[in-house]
Amino acid sequence: MSGDGGTHGMTLAEKVLSRASGLDHVVPGQIIEGRVDLAMMHEQGAQTVGPFHDMGALKVWDTDRVVIAIDHWVPASTEGAAVLHRILRKFAAEQHLDHFYDVGNHGICHQILAENGWVVPGDLAVGTDSHTNMLGAVGSVSAGIGPTEMAAVLALGRLWLKVPPTIQIRVHGTLGHGVTAKDLILKVLGEVKTTGATYKSVEFCGPTIESLSMPERFTLCNMTTEMGAKCGVIAPDAKTFEYLAKTAKHSMHPLYADADAQYERVVDIDVDGMPPMVACPYSPDNVRPLPEVAAEQVKVDQVFLGSCTNARIEDIREAAALMKGQKVHAGVRFIVSPASTSIYSQCLKEGLIEVFTEAGAVFTNSSCSACFGGNMGILSPEEVCASSSNRNFPGRMGAKEARIYLMSPIATVATAIRGVISDPREMM
Amino acid sequence: MQEVIQGRVWTLGDDVDTDGIISGKYLTVIDPDELKKHVFEIALPEFAQGARPGDILVAGVNFGCGSSREHAPQALRAIGVGAIVADTFARIFFRNSINLGLPTVEAKGVRAIFENGDPARIEMRGGTITNERTGVQIHFPPLPTHLLELLEAGGLVEKVRRELAGQAPG
Repeated sequence: MSGDGGTHGMTLAEKVLSRASGLDHVVPGQIIEGRVDLAMMHEQGAQTVGPFHDMGALKVWDTDRVVIAIDHWVPASTEGAAVLHRILRKFAAEQHLDHFYDVGNHGICHQILAENGWVVPGDLAVGTDSHTNMLGAVGSVSAGIGPTEMAAVLALGRLWLKVPPTIQIRVHGTLGHGVTAKDLILKVLGEVKTTGATYKSVEFCGPTIESLSMPERFTLCNMTTEMGAKCGVIAPDAKTFEYLAKTAKHSMHPLYADADAQYERVVDIDVDGMPPMVACPYSPDNVRPLPEVAAEQVKVDQVFLGSCTNARIEDIREAAALMKGQKVHAGVRFIVSPASTSIYSQCLKEGLIEVFTEAGAVFTNSSCSACFGGNMGILSPEEVCASSSNRNFPGRMGAKEARIYLMSPIATVATAIRGVISDPREMM
Repeated sequence: MQEVIQGRVWTLGDDVDTDGIISGKYLTVIDPDELKKHVFEIALPEFAQGARPGDILVAGVNFGCGSSREHAPQALRAIGVGAIVADTFARIFFRNSINLGLPTVEAKGVRAIFENGDPARIEMRGGTITNERTGVQIHFPPLPTHLLELLEAGGLVEKVRRELAGQAPG
């Protein structure tokens, strides 16, 4: 209820945190204890086990609200990774954590949560990965936490949170042909910058957002992490409910911002006429129009289509449509990694894997793959990579000198074909 | 947590990200003593060899941005960092660091008053940090009571352990 006792209404994130804390009204800056609806761990959860025992905890608070999804090294590519997996399997068995997405049923943790309906509108969800923000696209507050904090969540089912102020991003206009949700979020990053939303909630709204599909909304909320945001949220609507209709693991409790909610800042973005965008080295907010960068004929050594940001079936379908009948440029390595095993399976059924392999790309098993520089597709110094992932800090994908350009999935295909950073619209 | 923390300063710039603190290739390393050998390989390569217990990090804005990896503050704690002070922190790093019992203080303008090697003195509850070479002092809002208690307990593990131990059995 808005406006009680002279206080102003609440933003979407404030509404969710009010529900989670059992308080009628919360305000930015207030420290609350939030009840957790869903806790997710990937390999970093192996570091949760020690603190969990050290705390003297005996049992996980609610085994049906804990999901484990290994994704960084699947199957284990190093002995160290094998040890992490083993620790998690043992802990899951001891604690009866049955919602374990292990090798063969695996995927990037955020995609696993999304496609299996683990996070629903109104939820407070936490995960041991920074891109947990992605699940805010269903109208939840979903945030990344560290493994020690996760141990406390597993023991108590709650955690302290400072209610964040909210930045509202209002988006108007229609995305042009060949311009995607990735280009939109890069545009927003260019405006808000990597520190612009630190500790804040980013609430997307406006006609353009309403027109986006759920996969596109996931891409937006995913990269609010790169703005420093605690969470990125989108109000649930008919698309959200339809997306979750068959999969929702617990009852939905949709919440909406009050009409008189107070926003710390409002950013208006008009996407009419907006070109594709690219984030240049060495920061996700070093954003320029793609045609400008393409004009510089930036030669690439590797191209990566993958990550939790952009490796859903829709991304890969669009990419395959552009790839079909073309060849990867000589001297370029093109790595395509679907975000989950079910997406992999769908790609197989639709003949998409064949499109990429015949073009000379390598289509891999689902995992975080080349995104984080610790598993495969690692860059040597002086190499240049075009990537559909989310970060391009020094050393993110291997050598600290390597240069990473972030772009949409279709832009990665255009770049893989020409061997230089290219505008996909010229090939569509 | 000590009320007064003193140490030698290492300065860093803005936007030091978690890849710069501990690279993705070390994420399968659990042993803090092994992790500490690789701390700041990208952002401050001379640190791992030159660090002394009690040293204080002074950084610009957005320290610890990037991933949720707790390896970053773990490695810093393992090598003996006494406190981290920055103009601003990225949120997950800040929480992780406090949860591990590592004093982490946001003090706007702090980067500008220190040079590498300067002696620093921090008063946690008083909310001051002083460059003891130049005498320049700045004030910061002390951490909320909730977080000071967490640091005083030595971190989240100890705090929750006390909480669970305090609960009446069955």
